[in-house]
Amino acid sequence: MDTVTLKIFRGNTSGGEMVSYTVPKTPGMVVLDAVHYIQRSLDTTLACRWNCKAAKCGSCSAEIDGTPRLMCKSRIEEYPSGEITVGPMRAFPLLKDLVTDVSWNYRVATKIPSLVPKPEVSGKPFVLQQEDVERVQEFRKCIECFLCQDVCHVIREHDKKDAFFGPRQMVRIAGLEMHPMDGINRREQLKNEAGIGMCNITKCCTEVCPEHIHITDNAIIPMKERVVDDYFDPITKILRKVGVLPTDKKASFSSVPNGLTVIKQENSSSKS
Amino acid sequence: MENCETYEYDILVIGSGGAGLRAVIAAREAGCSVGVLCKSLLGKAHTVMAEGGVAASLANMTNPDGTHEKDSWEVHFVDTMKGGAFLNNWRTVEIFAKEAPDRVLELEQYGAVFDRTPEGLIAERPFGGHKYRRLNHVGDRTGLEIIRTLQDKAVSVGMNVHMEITCTRLLKEGNRVVGAFGYYRESGKFVTFKAKAVVLATGGWGRMYRYTSNSWEGTGDGLMMAYEAGAELIDMEMIQFHPTGMIWPPGMRGILVTEGVRGEGGVLRNSKGERFMFDKKYMPALYNGQFADTEEEGARWLTDKQNNRRPPELLPRDVVARAIYREIEAGNGSEHGGVYLDVTHRGADYIKRKLPSMYEQFHALGGVDITKEPMEVYPTIHYTMGGVRVHPETCATTVDGLFAAGEVAAGLHGANRLGGNSLSDILVFGRRAGIAASSYAKEHTLGVLDNAQIEEEQEYLLLPLKTTNGENPYTIHSELQDAMQTNAMIARTEAGLLSALEKILELQKRAEKLSAPGDRFFNPGWHAARDVRFMLRASEVIVRCALERKESRGAQWRLDFPDRDDEVWGKKNLIASRNGDMVKITTRELDAMPPELKRLFEETK
Repeated sequence: MDTVTLKIFRGNTSGGEMVSYTVPKTPGMVVLDAVHYIQRSLDTTLACRWNCKAAKCGSCSAEIDGTPRLMCKSRIEEYPSGEITVGPMRAFPLLKDLVTDVSWNYRVATKIPSLVPKPEVSGKPFVLQQEDVERVQEFRKCIECFLCQDVCHVIREHDKKDAFFGPRQMVRIAGLEMHPMDGINRREQLKNEAGIGMCNITKCCTEVCPEHIHITDNAIIPMKERVVDDYFDPITKILRKVGVLPTDKKASFSSVPNGLTVIKQENSSSKS
Repeated sequence: MENCETYEYDILVIGSGGAGLRAVIAAREAGCSVGVLCKSLLGKAHTVMAEGGVAASLANMTNPDGTHEKDSWEVHFVDTMKGGAFLNNWRTVEIFAKEAPDRVLELEQYGAVFDRTPEGLIAERPFGGHKYRRLNHVGDRTGLEIIRTLQDKAVSVGMNVHMEITCTRLLKEGNRVVGAFGYYRESGKFVTFKAKAVVLATGGWGRMYRYTSNSWEGTGDGLMMAYEAGAELIDMEMIQFHPTGMIWPPGMRGILVTEGVRGEGGVLRNSKGERFMFDKKYMPALYNGQFADTEEEGARWLTDKQNNRRPPELLPRDVVARAIYREIEAGNGSEHGGVYLDVTHRGADYIKRKLPSMYEQFHALGGVDITKEPMEVYPTIHYTMGGVRVHPETCATTVDGLFAAGEVAAGLHGANRLGGNSLSDILVFGRRAGIAASSYAKEHTLGVLDNAQIEEEQEYLLLPLKTTNGENPYTIHSELQDAMQTNAMIARTEAGLLSALEKILELQKRAEKLSAPGDRFFNPGWHAARDVRFMLRASEVIVRCALERKESRGAQWRLDFPDRDDEVWGKKNLIASRNGDMVKITTRELDAMPPELKRLFEETK
């Protein structure tokens, strides 16, 4: 029978190793199929995350032959050598085997307020043209696989999780900043807390996005320009002051009122 | 007994798909503290996989003469009752059809960005069984849009999220549910929750079948926890076989192909190239005269919906799935044993704009360019109409303190669900469950957790880790999938169902001695051991109910009872409940529909 060899990282916080498994090939097989075969038939303790198996949920992120990819969307045929290495995302703390602690992504997301409709459209059905929403819809295709976060130099090499929200959250903010009905000013957050200036536009995030979102070109660069216009362009400042350019009436925000608490074990205020 | 952490909330929501998150929002708005449990990570629930759209009669679409389509809650009500072969709870459907439009418009305020009509309103597409264009959508990724919108909104109203916790037992004080018990997937440590009211929003169960669009989560934990706690289940024989799942390559078999493909004009053909849905033998009497008679009329309908009727590819899902099955049985199947679904005539640009994720799915996973060649499809296990019996207004189950909403609850869809109705279901009844649970919480104090129940569940869970020569849970699961796929699938017979039942009972016995090597730290084999036991019991209930209903109606197609029996079986639902270790099956007469609703079937003809 035709087989493929998977070398999979097995281990936890105290160390690990690459372990080889021989898996029978079936037509159209993807890496996740092979991992499932191993779980069922060779070692039931192999840990991985997955859900939809159709590239819609973004759960089965891993590094396949060193490249961040979804296991459900990586066909065995793409690796003609017959040997494939699979490891966990390296930008996040390892839990076990292919599973990492991605809770930082959820914690940082709590700092971004959701849509606050402008007062004049609040509570009323929106009237929007398709061309007005298409730009925003691109950003809303994000499936939160966090592969862009994994590959981002700022997060991966420099571990600046405290200074930069990362490409995923840049895409999220872009979807709100460019939403025609959003009523709050998000540029102050982009400049300060979210750290958009940290991005040096190497476009690695765009390359790994399974949804083909143009993260750098369509989200990050236009927002960098808006921030620069707002804070650093003296001519814009003067034109706004004398009323030639409209001032941005959107109110800014200081913090998110409630916020979600992502509860990790043995770490909660509501514990009784 | 092992000590475990305990968290306290006014409301505990088990499940973080659309229904769970909408319940969270409602409960927070009512001023309650809320904890929500996710079996996976937040935002990965099945809602994400819904594609075609959310059904609500906004009546945004215009005809060629400039008038608006005459959609209304009344038409949506009639379509849903007919689609469900009248086994639905009419009051549930009435509430649903009336409230769905507001729930969709509300999503827009929360941040959802729907596709637009030329007038700038939310765009609606046609779908199976819906008389008018009614599916509000975002390309073919509507579910992703809805779960992300609700996730962001729920974060902004504030909630405590417990991710990757598998809940395995509801804890009771007397007859009231007062909490829940589960384990952390990551560490394997146990955890308990105390709550004044519990909302069950755990979704459906398809994993007992071989080919399903369900993820690993769909093992019926929530359903069976409610059953174990004494709740009545209803319509459990009704499992939706979505007509179009992928069939090739083998690893992709069962993955959903959205009904939106047919909504956008996709046609079904057999290996002879025939549009077999036009064959009169597939047209149910209930829909006579309401669909296009010729392919030409079907083609004209794409541009003029006012003066032409829909093509029969847009009949309800149960009808289309049966037709596909019969074509294949008759030897008219495709290369890999399915039928062809062809949308190439709509042109590459249109397809990529309206069906982008289908294009990507077939391109990346199947090596098929759907703008140039047809897809091969076969029915896949998709949705469970049955579930926990709930009150139409409050979503209260038959157990005190326990509410249920979304796919785990039953009553709305009857014998067959119309596409798009599940997304509006989770919005309408997620909200209602959150509101009713909040009222309940305000009238009750926290209960007392019973250590005996916790200890019993702990021992039950730990057993496979201590058993050295037991069976592999994946082997049991795989044999169950074969039994259900072969004998409890789309075409059922008494002999087949009995043999499935026999197999299930044998597997239940073997599952008493399972082995899961390794420790408790993120150990899938250990998790599978508990999941498979839930699935075995749920499968038993499904098969026993399918045996009992001796007629064909909606998703229940009995080859040995091929006709619909309105006199006997059209008047009652099957109820399953726990009687010790036995499954008790009874029937419940349908409530009589009031005249003002009955009249709608004449008026909307």
